[in-house]
Amino acid sequence: MSRIRVLVGTRKGAFVLSADGDRRNWEVSGPHFGGWEIYHVAASPADPNRLYASQSSGWFGQVIQRSDDGGATWSPVGNDFTYEGEAGQHLWYDGTPRPFEFKRIWHLEPSRDDPDTVYAGAEDAALFRSTDGAQTWQELPALRTHPSAPSWQPGAGGMCLHTIILDAADPDRIFVAISAAGAFRSDDGGKSWLPINRGLRSGEIPDQDSEVGHCVHRIVQHPSRPDVLFMQKHWDVLRTDDAGGQWREISGNLPSDFGFPIAVHPHDPETVYVVPIKSDSEHYPPEGKLRVYRSRGGEEWEALTNGLPQSNCYVNVYRDAMAVDTLDPGGVYFGTTGGQVYGSSDGGDTWAPIVRDLPAVLSVEAQVLP
Amino acid sequence: MIRVVLPAHLKNLARVSGEVRLDLAAPITQRRVLDALEEQYPMLCGTMRDRGTGLRRAFVRFYACQEDLSNESPDEPLPDRVVKGEEPFLVIGAMAGG
Repeated sequence: MSRIRVLVGTRKGAFVLSADGDRRNWEVSGPHFGGWEIYHVAASPADPNRLYASQSSGWFGQVIQRSDDGGATWSPVGNDFTYEGEAGQHLWYDGTPRPFEFKRIWHLEPSRDDPDTVYAGAEDAALFRSTDGAQTWQELPALRTHPSAPSWQPGAGGMCLHTIILDAADPDRIFVAISAAGAFRSDDGGKSWLPINRGLRSGEIPDQDSEVGHCVHRIVQHPSRPDVLFMQKHWDVLRTDDAGGQWREISGNLPSDFGFPIAVHPHDPETVYVVPIKSDSEHYPPEGKLRVYRSRGGEEWEALTNGLPQSNCYVNVYRDAMAVDTLDPGGVYFGTTGGQVYGSSDGGDTWAPIVRDLPAVLSVEAQVLP
Repeated sequence: MIRVVLPAHLKNLARVSGEVRLDLAAPITQRRVLDALEEQYPMLCGTMRDRGTGLRRAFVRFYACQEDLSNESPDEPLPDRVVKGEEPFLVIGAMAGG
């Protein structure tokens, strides 16, 4: 029987949750790197035992850890994220120019077919790649030096490159998203980038047709339909059917279209999950009810509540803290700022906490093991 | 022999317990101690000093002999008692919440 591993990054360490394919009885290992912020833990699709973790702290900066045995042991690898050439400038919150300055890695995206190749999304926004198992990193500078970059401005969480999608069909195509610059696509392996924000509407910026400046929170792609992407923006949930050429809103009947994560069902590319949050300043669920909403690709959303707290719940779910597994039926997982990790082994119909009292959860990834 | 005490998180990262000992020739300065430390434990690169600028990270402090040396020139000689190995050079995580 297959096994499942859920990789959890928190404010104070990493945790690995393991179960068999029934997904009922879970073992919890951790904290790994206790006391450090773990923005992301990611597994190589090409080698299930190869894991990468982004470990950082306000005191001691950025560390990258690698495991070659599924998280049993870890080794620190390369943490030199030097911007290539001139750092360049972006806009600060007050509208003045400010040099790009490395702060941390938000997201790691291992290659689909090479365990030694992994991409890293940085704050201040930049994309790095390693081809030697994270020993050394090279920036793909065309993104940070895009002509629009001097006008990029950080969101409240910092100017982070938080989403990296390595296209499932085209090895030269990469999607990234930056808060609060927007979404970008490369069709040449990162040598050049195209802003793909047409159709986004953001009340927080004066020009609704601006090619950048939108606060994209998360993008997701289903591997079987690579031109279809779903987006949770600062406000609004959207989809594109042409790889970002044009977006259209599908917020429909959601109680709030503000939120951070978005996920797509592992076996049904039209089924999407979001966790509505009340507002940009009230980062908790509407009415104190923790509800995942599921859409079949359109504007009709159904609340999934079975097993989730429906009163007095005021947690948030961060952008990288929702994931799906590829078992049948498909599993869905998310972690909260209250330290709960919830799992559903039936596509979201019912939920149960896997663990309740972790530090605030920053990221969740699910990995099916043979 | 120069004695260095690392904060707990950096001890874990470098996989050391107790003090680190560095065999260094004069002149013994903050920069040379940190250079030697990073050479012996490469995983500490970037954790005490910014990789690009070489400047002390904001929430890291360097103490020795009951003195805060954090803002001293990195090329100033360290106190004699540190040079003689009678006192350790302390790397401290600053009080900064968290």
